[in-house]
Amino acid sequence: MDGIFYTLQEFMTYTESVTYILIVAILLGMLGFWIFLVERDEN
Amino acid sequence: MSEKAAAASKSFFTPFNVVAGIIVIIGLILTALRFTGGLAAVTNLSDYNPWGIWIGFDLLVGVALAAGGYVTSAAVYLFGMKRYHSAVRAAILTGFLGYALVVLALHYDVGRPWRLPYPFIIQQGTTSVLFEVAACVALYLTVLFLEFSPAALEWLGMEKLRNLITKLTLVLTIFGVILSTLHQSSLGALFLIAPSKLHPLWYSPYLPVFFFVTSVIAGLSMVIFESTLSHRYFGDKMDEDHIREKDQIALGFGKAASYVLAGYFAIKVIGVSAGNHWHFLGTSYGLWFLVELFGFVALPCFLYAVGVRDKNLRLIRWTAVIAVLGIILNRFNVCLIAFNWHLPSSERYFPHWMEIGISVFVVTIGVILYRFIVTRMPILYEHPEYTDAH
Repeated sequence: MDGIFYTLQEFMTYTESVTYILIVAILLGMLGFWIFLVERDEN
Repeated sequence: MSEKAAAASKSFFTPFNVVAGIIVIIGLILTALRFTGGLAAVTNLSDYNPWGIWIGFDLLVGVALAAGGYVTSAAVYLFGMKRYHSAVRAAILTGFLGYALVVLALHYDVGRPWRLPYPFIIQQGTTSVLFEVAACVALYLTVLFLEFSPAALEWLGMEKLRNLITKLTLVLTIFGVILSTLHQSSLGALFLIAPSKLHPLWYSPYLPVFFFVTSVIAGLSMVIFESTLSHRYFGDKMDEDHIREKDQIALGFGKAASYVLAGYFAIKVIGVSAGNHWHFLGTSYGLWFLVELFGFVALPCFLYAVGVRDKNLRLIRWTAVIAVLGIILNRFNVCLIAFNWHLPSSERYFPHWMEIGISVFVVTIGVILYRFIVTRMPILYEHPEYTDAH
């Protein structure tokens, strides 16, 4: 894309796409981090 | 002079009292200068920079760091985590003093203290975010006063009134959470009006969310930090419950702070992505943004997690200091450093020494009041006549 957007449609499509991919990665990361945080907890 | 009088005189002139006394005297002189000479006499504020450290530090940082009150009381009274009960009174006291000093400090910035009630009784600016902040802070300060009052009433021996107010605990906690959610986020919303003045890496439509989430981190970290200081300086005032539960509080709050920090890191990255501001990360402001994001968000998040996993209380307590510094840095960045970033350096704001002096004076008053209350009222211990009363 080289960072050039001619319409708001192009801008939204690009940024929302990247953000949705990030959100999926973040949700998986948060799950992994929670396991890391509590795995040594006593019952 | 008798030996008794000499001992009393010696005990009064402690290093703390001497330093605090000097700061208070200087602060009172600066106060006189401010209210007789106006803002220009003691500040470097200008039309370009109308908000300095009295807003950036005293108000924004003060409100965030006072969030321990609603965070702790919500955990104990709403989520039923009774194992943290011993932290409630100290957290409420810190919150109450924090908000009271925010209002005090606001007088220096706004001026004309007698006009404080104007937004409510003369001219309601109900479409202004500032009105909402003012209304919430006024109401929440009242709520905190009521939440704190049972300790003072136990000290004064006013049992009936104390029992009446204690019955309101749940309602007051719910009010506290609602009001805090509103105004903590609204402080971030204040900057939504200035998208061209705030650097794009810090400006985001999600600023209210960022401010609210960071207030939770600030509240959790401040409880750990304040509990550490209280144990060090007022350990003799603590009863067995407080001493026994303080490690549990550090571990529990450290775990919560770690996970909230992870969430905050995630939404900050989403903020950059949603605005497509990646290219700014390679600039000098971008490097500073990365210092804040990795040094004061990701690092304390990781250190809290390691501390909780290894049950390393020392690490958790030092991490609380980093997290608190991170909150201060974030508010300074939004309000001062990344604000007016387009202006030439000659027009940029740097606080006058007298502005810093007033801020130090306000913080010192807070420390003096905290010390006065903790050494007299049942904050770090249960009053012997009210044990098991809650």
